[in-house]
Amino acid sequence: MTDGATVTETELPPEVAAWVGRSLDAGVGDVGCERGYVLHWLEAVEDANPLYWDDAVADELTGGRTAPPTMLSVWMRPLMFKPDGWTPTPDAPAPDEAIRPLEIHFRLKDALDLPDGVVSWNELEFHTPVRPGDTISTTQSVRNISTLKTTRLGTGRFWQIDVTYTNQRGEVVGVETYNMFGYQRKAA
Amino acid sequence: MAASITKGDVQVGLALPTLTIEVTARTVVMGASASRDWQPQHHDHAHAMAAQGNDIFLNTPNQAGFIQRYLTDWTGPRGRLGKLRFRMGRSICVGHTLTFDATVTALATDDTGCCWADLSVVLKADGEVATTALARIAIPADDGDNPWAREGDAWQPSALGDVTPPTS
Repeated sequence: MTDGATVTETELPPEVAAWVGRSLDAGVGDVGCERGYVLHWLEAVEDANPLYWDDAVADELTGGRTAPPTMLSVWMRPLMFKPDGWTPTPDAPAPDEAIRPLEIHFRLKDALDLPDGVVSWNELEFHTPVRPGDTISTTQSVRNISTLKTTRLGTGRFWQIDVTYTNQRGEVVGVETYNMFGYQRKAA
Repeated sequence: MAASITKGDVQVGLALPTLTIEVTARTVVMGASASRDWQPQHHDHAHAMAAQGNDIFLNTPNQAGFIQRYLTDWTGPRGRLGKLRFRMGRSICVGHTLTFDATVTALATDDTGCCWADLSVVLKADGEVATTALARIAIPADDGDNPWAREGDAWQPSALGDVTPPTS
């Protein structure tokens, strides 16, 4: 699989370094914001916030119904079935043209020959509220890639990926930042 | 106006009341479904046992949703989450008693006049730390203020820099 040579390279391969700052357009999400999904989310976390249940409160504070801000990533996850297309299961690799959630993360792992990956931390930043009827698009970009580091998991690199969510009017509704560690496991 | 806390109700060091959730299979599976996440470790008991030796566990966006709910239970409907950073360690599995605790670590007003509370949030599964989070939530300055009315340059969740980590 690998001879381990890549983990002794401290320089980032130039073709990978060139990815930093570039963005990948993942297009419009399969599922737009709608009331039923908001209710499903609220029942899952037992959230009684009247902002989402009482239209008088929603009208007063947010000028009508909104979705809870942390629902952000709901609007980019692909449907598990489509009548005419590929169904994303763990066993079925994506066709070349498909852009998976966090596609850029998987491409980085491949390009750097770092087969394992974990999320070190996540950050969410929230902007214009998402409302029923909105359709949400995402772009992914690499903010930075670290030098080689060794942790208890193995040797690899940390990188930060930003996923920027925009509505159909081009307004940013939120940014999700993933701090990832891609690595080769320590030899047993 | 819908009832909410205001800046005058909050001080650095204030501890929020603990929230306790008994995690069932329904909690985990409904959380995965509500966030459209069909990775098997969040619904398939046999897969989770074989892969990790523990039961199915709460996924990332569902934890974010629970943290948001915990914070807005406290602020009321005018509280508006600006930033949330979290790190997941131990899995939160079926059968665990999940508790949420939080402390206010900073209070500040940015250049636009928006009042922000930073909080350190800890999720424990059966008493052991599972997820830690830092949150920044806008709270009304007074009874007439509404953070949700802020848009464009008047809404700057990053203007004060990174969310303040707890001092200890």
